[in-house]
Amino acid sequence: MTAVEQPLASPPGAAGGSEPRLATPEFEAAAVRQESRRGFLLALPAYAYLVLFFAVPLLIVVEYSFATRNRFGGTDLSGWNLDSYAKLAEPIVRDILFRSIWLAVLTTAICLLIGYPFAYYLATRSPVVRNVMLVFVMIPFWTNFLVRNYAWRVILGHDGPFTQTTEFLGLGEHEFLFTPTAVVLGLVYGFLPFMILPLYASIERIDARLLEASRDLYASGWQSFRHVLLPLSMPGVIAGSILCFVPSLGAYVTPEILGGAKTTLLGSYIVIQFLEARNWPVGAALSFVLMAIMLAATIVYFRKGGRTL
Amino acid sequence: MSTAVEPRGRTKFLLSLNGWLVYVFFYAPIVLLVVYSFSASRNVGTWGGWTLDWYGDFVDNRTARSALSDSLKVAAISTVVSVVLGTMAALALERFKFRGKQVFDALLYLPIIIPDVTMAVMMLLFFSQFFDAVNTVFGLSLRKGFGSVVASHIAFSISFVSVVVRARLAGMDNKMEEAALDLYATRWKAFRYVTFPQIIPGIAGGALLAMTLSLDDVVITQFVAGPGLETLPVYVFGLIRKGVTPLINAISVVMLVASMTLVALSLLFERTRGGDRAQ
Repeated sequence: MTAVEQPLASPPGAAGGSEPRLATPEFEAAAVRQESRRGFLLALPAYAYLVLFFAVPLLIVVEYSFATRNRFGGTDLSGWNLDSYAKLAEPIVRDILFRSIWLAVLTTAICLLIGYPFAYYLATRSPVVRNVMLVFVMIPFWTNFLVRNYAWRVILGHDGPFTQTTEFLGLGEHEFLFTPTAVVLGLVYGFLPFMILPLYASIERIDARLLEASRDLYASGWQSFRHVLLPLSMPGVIAGSILCFVPSLGAYVTPEILGGAKTTLLGSYIVIQFLEARNWPVGAALSFVLMAIMLAATIVYFRKGGRTL
Repeated sequence: MSTAVEPRGRTKFLLSLNGWLVYVFFYAPIVLLVVYSFSASRNVGTWGGWTLDWYGDFVDNRTARSALSDSLKVAAISTVVSVVLGTMAALALERFKFRGKQVFDALLYLPIIIPDVTMAVMMLLFFSQFFDAVNTVFGLSLRKGFGSVVASHIAFSISFVSVVVRARLAGMDNKMEEAALDLYATRWKAFRYVTFPQIIPGIAGGALLAMTLSLDDVVITQFVAGPGLETLPVYVFGLIRKGVTPLINAISVVMLVASMTLVALSLLFERTRGGDRAQ
């Protein structure tokens, strides 16, 4: 970070009399300005690109969310109103919103329950074992998301390996496919690595002597977890939960592949508004609400001391 | 950085059991998918002896082949552009101070946290208006297609590339650059001969991430592709919605192998950059 000041600040002292012009305040000010311009020019291409292809589209979404759908399925941009947002309170949309939030919360909770012990276990292994284990967590994280969901479709499908297994074990025929259970299963499968990695990063940093000290002072395993380990790993818990919750709430691919027609979620509902129902204002308003939730979650995360995503 | 307290007894057993179960959970579906892709049965998920027929189908399927080549073209172009822009952005943010830096930093973070669906909606509305405006002003007849897909992929990849490169730059000692500058290297020379060689692993990691994201994307591409273009994930997604077939199994395994190759490469680069991660 301080790279800018240092090379500029050091020459007057370091180079001394050999470069007297560096010592003048005017020159330093000019040099600072030049550095600032260089930095700006370096950032400019990406900056301009993101303004045109990200910030402007974002504003257009906001604009559309205040617009009205006309009789022909088009959108009238003149005459701003809050109708689309009012529509969000209607039972159908409200149910979808609540169902999506509920499934996202459930996914996050399950990821946390499985991920926390796993991350702790990972942190207690020797460095070599740990690296190997981490690699095998990273692989699904990088593997094509669509394919990973499709794999569950095959497994849970009619007469698929899952049904065959339950029948073989004498548990009778169970079909999960096209139920909310299957969606949560798919979401957990998809986002568990997002929970494990930040949890591991924060547990690994904890000084083990603190845990030892708590045990030396007669804390039970549970007490030492509850009062030492958990509070210290809170940044990881928050980061992991946000990284799980955010994509689960906006999920589209997983519910489309594993969920049924009865379990429409937010992501699918938005897509329907654009590609089928042609009610762009409502779709835009919903996308905006979704984004606002994400932003709020991210701000909470940074406030709680999270530094990188 | 020390190892946490080693669990004992029942806790230890439960923790390691949980560990094994997580790995079974992660890998069983992938392994099963690969195995079933060689099954001769027309009914997906039922075993019917070994065959390579479905892979043959994939090779013979003209639509699938053109979707694959479209995917690769989109991924290649968007990766190259986003790596250049993302690296420049990372350098500017890590090594310079300039006006508007904070706004830029925030703008750069947004594409990472925004949900796919919202991004897809943004791009759809933007390109509808953008092409309308351009077409009326210049009398052209531009439509959504290859260009809009590449532009959208670049828009979400720049941020990921810059995060990865910034992590590398932040973990790097800048004394070498300072030494080069003190020894009268120009800013460009200091970058070219000192900084750049050291951040290559970061740039490569960012490039692989950008490529993975581009090859993974379904929703955004589906929204901005228009009728003229279909990438492989969009094609496969469409097929899955109609019902599962052995052909999808085969295509999925091909995509799986492609992403595994990318992971293997990225882990190789990870090794050379000493363990700091893109998270």
